[in-house]
Amino acid sequence: MFDKILPYLLAGISVGGQYALIAVGYTMVYGILRLINFAHGDIFTAAGFFMVYITASLPMGISIPLVIVLTVALGFVLERVAYKPLRTAPRMSVMISAIGASYLMQNLMWYVTGGLAKQYPVLPWLSDSVQIGSASTKVVSIVTPILTVALVVALVMLIKHTKIGMAMRAVSVDFETSQLMGIRINSVISMTFIIGSALAAVGSMLFFTSYSTVTPTVGAMPGLKAFVAAVFGGIGSIPGAVIGAFIIGIAENLIKAAGYTAFSDAFTFVLLIIVLLFKPTGLFGEAAAEKV
Amino acid sequence: MKKMSKLRLGICLLVVALLYFGAWFAESQLGTNSMLITVLKKGAVYALIAVSMNLLNGFTGLFSLGQAGFMLVGAYVYAVFTIPLKKHAAVYQYYNGGIIQFELPLVVALLLAGLAAALLAALIGLPVLRLKSDYLAIATLGFAEIIRAVVQWDSLGPITNGSNLLKTYPTFNSTKILGSTVLFPFLVSGVCIGIILLIINSTYGRAFKAIRDDEVAAEAMGINLFHHKEMSFVISCFFAGIGGALLAMFQGTVQANSFKSAMTYDVLLMVVIGGMGSVSGSVIASFLYIACSEWWLRFLDNPLTIGSFQVPLLRSGFRMVVFSAVIMIVVLFFRRGILGDKELWNIRLPKQKTGKRVKA
Repeated sequence: MFDKILPYLLAGISVGGQYALIAVGYTMVYGILRLINFAHGDIFTAAGFFMVYITASLPMGISIPLVIVLTVALGFVLERVAYKPLRTAPRMSVMISAIGASYLMQNLMWYVTGGLAKQYPVLPWLSDSVQIGSASTKVVSIVTPILTVALVVALVMLIKHTKIGMAMRAVSVDFETSQLMGIRINSVISMTFIIGSALAAVGSMLFFTSYSTVTPTVGAMPGLKAFVAAVFGGIGSIPGAVIGAFIIGIAENLIKAAGYTAFSDAFTFVLLIIVLLFKPTGLFGEAAAEKV
Repeated sequence: MKKMSKLRLGICLLVVALLYFGAWFAESQLGTNSMLITVLKKGAVYALIAVSMNLLNGFTGLFSLGQAGFMLVGAYVYAVFTIPLKKHAAVYQYYNGGIIQFELPLVVALLLAGLAAALLAALIGLPVLRLKSDYLAIATLGFAEIIRAVVQWDSLGPITNGSNLLKTYPTFNSTKILGSTVLFPFLVSGVCIGIILLIINSTYGRAFKAIRDDEVAAEAMGINLFHHKEMSFVISCFFAGIGGALLAMFQGTVQANSFKSAMTYDVLLMVVIGGMGSVSGSVIASFLYIACSEWWLRFLDNPLTIGSFQVPLLRSGFRMVVFSAVIMIVVLFFRRGILGDKELWNIRLPKQKTGKRVKA
């Protein structure tokens, strides 16, 4: 019995880690801007395509940092172009802008790639096979949870102990007041997008190493699931997002193990709705002043 | 004043009648398969869907992203009940001909499509409508995804044909009016939009708008928030269901997998381009949107050489890039869309904005 479940469990932990890296980007942006960044999943996909094109001409040692830099730049530009002009607009407008940005990025990627699935480059070592108990898996599924936890711990330290982290916390509590206290809102928001995009870039490397092909819309579903993870864990809470992501990743794969593959996506949304109805603040979320 | 409004109503109806005649005439001249007629048919279908979404998002202020799910229900109910009995064996080839061994008349199936979507909306609305803004959006989006997964579930195969195509049901080609395929979608869509207009201009419509503008104030004025939100949601989904059925008729085949969230986003963008809270805006925007994406921007997809000069950038997919860039510009810089929250027929009377709506 356990032997049968083990590979699914490993896959679940690995997928959970990948979702976690995306979910952190969602939860940070939501914590500060109260915006569901619908384009976050596309940033994740774009990171995949950057890797495909860059490794075609550059060695791996240069490609990996370059991909992260480019993804970060993309996240930065996205915020400046699509969200900054709407800072004072109603929330609905910003959300529509997010959807529009996501649409534009998907179409752009379709145009550049000609709509064909691209083979993701084989990352050395990560793609090697390894034997755990009776299950054989790729190194990446073991590296993912470790790397995820390490990155998230680093991020939490950053938020707790640095000046920019303090500014982020202040902005997420009260946008206007922190502005009055002399915090440069725009640079804090940009920083949030930069961190989120960098984590999405790392997440995409891990994700596509296990899935091996990149298509323009591949990021939509992991993106939505990561968002659900963020809501599940309590939006705005980084550890919550990570735990939520692992739970979703594992549960999804266990459902696949039980033979209900068609429902593995739907399950995530059922979970979302249950959470929203019974505990809208999520596992670790602070009670919001606004009634949800 | 009253006479004026009657005059305006008359002019509006006349214009609509002329447009219908124009569409009919165009089809008799250009033939059914011309691009214009295809765009007109698809545009009419999407106009209804966009207006139904506008009722929810623009008039009641409920940001719902579940439209694709309800369209899917409508499309499936229509298709399942109108596939001719003789064709069942071929369509449900993996499920022994399915378990539904009867077929309904087209109009009944169309109504049933709307009712099924409305019933589902009533059930989903009970829990979901307690949520606000982006939580509501993501929850409805989630429900749409759940519906899509359930419909494709293998165990429901004898009814829904699983993840296989539904086909051979009557399309617009079998609902010819005066020898024209374009009039049926125009008529159904037109009647439905007319009903939505009447609802918007009724007391209920005013209550919806009050909720949009300020929930607390609306509640203080004695409007039952939940009751009206639920009503708006159910009505919107009823018409989304009919719209879905019409879309199924337009396409000729229907498959659950095509009703992704991208479809909802398309409709949402139409609503935004037309103006949140403007029925005529949504209608115009739908036709423009369909015409641009299907027809007018096609040339961007084909490489073009003028003399010996190869125009750069033009190749497959460029159309959608330009298209989405234009949408982004509208969203960022022309947030009010084409008509804002005004209607085409009272746009020249700015003083009446706060007064009575002119058209019935």
